[in-house]
Amino acid sequence: MSSLAALARLHATRQGRAERLRQVRHHHLVDEPLVLVILTMAGEAAAPLACMVGTGRRQSTLLTVTQPRNRDQRRAFYAQLAAVILPHIRRRENTLQQLPARPGKPPRQRCADAPQIIVANHATVDYLSLVGRSIRFQGPPNTTETDPSIALLGRWLTFFAERAEYPGSSMLLPLTAQLAAHWATGQSILEDESLSKLLAWIEPPAGLTGVQAALRSENPVLFPPAGPATDPTFDAVELEPRMITHQQALASGDHLTAARTATELQDALASQLRPTWNQVWDGLALLRAIPQAARSVRRWEDDRDHFTSHSLHITRGGAPQPVHDQAVDAARRLARLERAIHMFEDEQALDDPFVLAERRTVGTAFAGVVVAREPDRQVTSAKGRRILRPRFTIRTEDPPPIARDQDLVDPERPRTIVRVREVLPEQQDMHLITVEVTAGMGSVSRPAADAVPELDELVCYTAWPSQWGAAEFPSREQTPWTHTGPSAPQTFTDLSEAEQT
Amino acid sequence: MNTTTTRLNALRGGQPPVNHNARTLVGLSVNPGCARRALLDACGADKGTVARQAGHPWQFGQSRFALARGNAFEQQVKEYGGARLLALLRESLDLPVEQVAYIPLKSVGDSTGREQRYRQTCRALVGAARGGPDPGTLYDHPMLRLNVGGNDVYLEPDLIAFKIGDRFYIVEIKSFPVIDRQANGAQVAAATRQASIYVIALQDLFATNGLDPELVATSVFLVTPKDFGNTPIATLVDARKQISMLNRQLARMDRIDILLDLLPSGLTFDLAVDTTGVPTRPAANLAADLRRIPARYRPECMAHCELAGLCRDEARQNASLDVYGQGVVDIFGGVDTTHTALALAEGRQPSDDQAGVARTLRHAERLRAALAEGAA
Repeated sequence: MSSLAALARLHATRQGRAERLRQVRHHHLVDEPLVLVILTMAGEAAAPLACMVGTGRRQSTLLTVTQPRNRDQRRAFYAQLAAVILPHIRRRENTLQQLPARPGKPPRQRCADAPQIIVANHATVDYLSLVGRSIRFQGPPNTTETDPSIALLGRWLTFFAERAEYPGSSMLLPLTAQLAAHWATGQSILEDESLSKLLAWIEPPAGLTGVQAALRSENPVLFPPAGPATDPTFDAVELEPRMITHQQALASGDHLTAARTATELQDALASQLRPTWNQVWDGLALLRAIPQAARSVRRWEDDRDHFTSHSLHITRGGAPQPVHDQAVDAARRLARLERAIHMFEDEQALDDPFVLAERRTVGTAFAGVVVAREPDRQVTSAKGRRILRPRFTIRTEDPPPIARDQDLVDPERPRTIVRVREVLPEQQDMHLITVEVTAGMGSVSRPAADAVPELDELVCYTAWPSQWGAAEFPSREQTPWTHTGPSAPQTFTDLSEAEQT
Repeated sequence: MNTTTTRLNALRGGQPPVNHNARTLVGLSVNPGCARRALLDACGADKGTVARQAGHPWQFGQSRFALARGNAFEQQVKEYGGARLLALLRESLDLPVEQVAYIPLKSVGDSTGREQRYRQTCRALVGAARGGPDPGTLYDHPMLRLNVGGNDVYLEPDLIAFKIGDRFYIVEIKSFPVIDRQANGAQVAAATRQASIYVIALQDLFATNGLDPELVATSVFLVTPKDFGNTPIATLVDARKQISMLNRQLARMDRIDILLDLLPSGLTFDLAVDTTGVPTRPAANLAADLRRIPARYRPECMAHCELAGLCRDEARQNASLDVYGQGVVDIFGGVDTTHTALALAEGRQPSDDQAGVARTLRHAERLRAALAEGAA
């Protein structure tokens, strides 16, 4: 947390409501997101109780299970969920666009649109990943476990959950993380994980302060948990007795009671889901009201590229995601993740003065006035040529920059790249920072006119988001056996007793 | 009766003491610096009832479904005289298949009194320890005892002590899944801490009987379901860190007099229960007494302590930075309250030791003001 974000929390407490932390929204929101609220049975690894899914506040599908421990009911639930989610995905798979060839790159295809899933919180993302893991491998042939739509749902859920690890991706967004990124509340980060408490701070009901509204939303009767875990009291008072009566009625052949209790169960579960369902749409409306960041467009293209290639992978009969990455795949994934994190952070700072200001409090950006300039400075390059390397000096009150070997850019003049050459402390928390222009300065014979800011001009420098060089890894065939080289890809894992070794 | 016990009883008041179990003992180690919790636990007060009566009920707990699932899994693992469990343990320790014994310690004839069962456990385990190397014996449901803050606490592990060779292992059966060889870190940590309490109690049992406490292994077995099914797997977890941490905590409980000495006289958590068993003590009065004992609220308390609601409310009233969590406290180190932090940010002259944090605060406030201007 930056000191600016921390200070904003204190202000939020004093003013009784959350304070904005971002000027723009850094994630893309599609016109028709798929909202998914899901509840699981306590104590089980992945046994869904109920879910609400749909693309509009008033267009929801409610799915419930009367006995989540029952394997057949669980599979029936997944089949129904697949019937909602897969067509939604398929419609977007069918929007392929042709991208023209670019230097060094052949022409290729990209889906014009991609699916986006919005869930309440991080816990739901983790849960979907778990569900994906439990169903993405098709069971052995000639059993009841072969429904291909369930395995396909599992593969897509796994794909979404993996994309959610990338901070710039918008394919699967937990709403609490989105809201907490855009607003500072007057509570702890732990409490920010609760959707209802976050909303209480961002839009407290008339007459209540954020603290009071958040306290009110701790009542699980008025504000049921956003899932996937349920309220233990609800489990004991509403759910368990009905489940038992329902089971007994089924066992004794009392169809009337069985039908009645099934409806009661469904109503009880719906009563737990609906408040969260509405809150998710409320939260989405809040996010939509924030203008979208310019660079999020490119990141969404990135998402669409990944969606396109995963879709192709599936149509071409590719294997489901393995249980464990191979060594090279794992290294490649880590490198990609690391790059995505840096890119996202650097890009946000260029799009959003709030992020830039946060960076200024931690020494990864600085601003100040130009107090000296050498626009005509020349040096001799290693090859003996005279080259233009203008320098100028900035006086700043910000903490001095930590990194020296990093390309920096002023969001106002994005064509010029500079590097820090010298940092000198001055009186009273001031520093003099001398930077050298390393790109965008033109040549000795034709210098760029605006490469060096004027004296007394206000400037601000932050890291230039660069793609770096992508790390290189050997292909699977070239990986030595010590790093689990060539081996047959896993096609399915039997999750029952057969797994025992 | 020693004076500490008398004073603790007076502190608790008329209600019967709540029994500690491994779960509550583990809870002690979550926020070791909190005197309020240490005293309430040491005197055996029912924190949930106390918090409710003081006007700040706080709910957390396990769902019945989770408990049911836990019990079912445990039974499944132990069925057929522990045969399945034994096969698992053998596999993880790479043991040869030999004749083994299974000794249930659940009841002693007709009586299941705790002290009696404890003595029976002592006899069985001490006898076994003196008996030399063993091809493997499972002791189901031993009753252990531990002295906590001057009081004996009986611990009835849902578990098994497993003697193999000269060593005794604690086996803890938990129903959270290990998926693709990975389990939820928090759940593993909690289970390991619980098993560590049993290790300490078993070491204590041997020590009081003149045996070497080293007979108890400091690694514990966690038996959990594998992936999404019910197949159990056993994992040997090194618990040395947790054991030494809990030992420190327990030693601190023994020095509870130091905390007691600091209390104003007449302070009590008595709920003034009437003849029908209903607590009648006024909320404000009880809360006032609770607040006379210093607490150390942290947002993490919300998941571990029944008093969290009361302490959070208190921290808010005091405008303490603790309500925001460690991240904020660290950034504004040296400043305790929201008022001070905001005053410094808005230009109040800092004291000498606040100079650094005041600079940070003023800088952040300047940026914030500029942003507000830009946005307007």
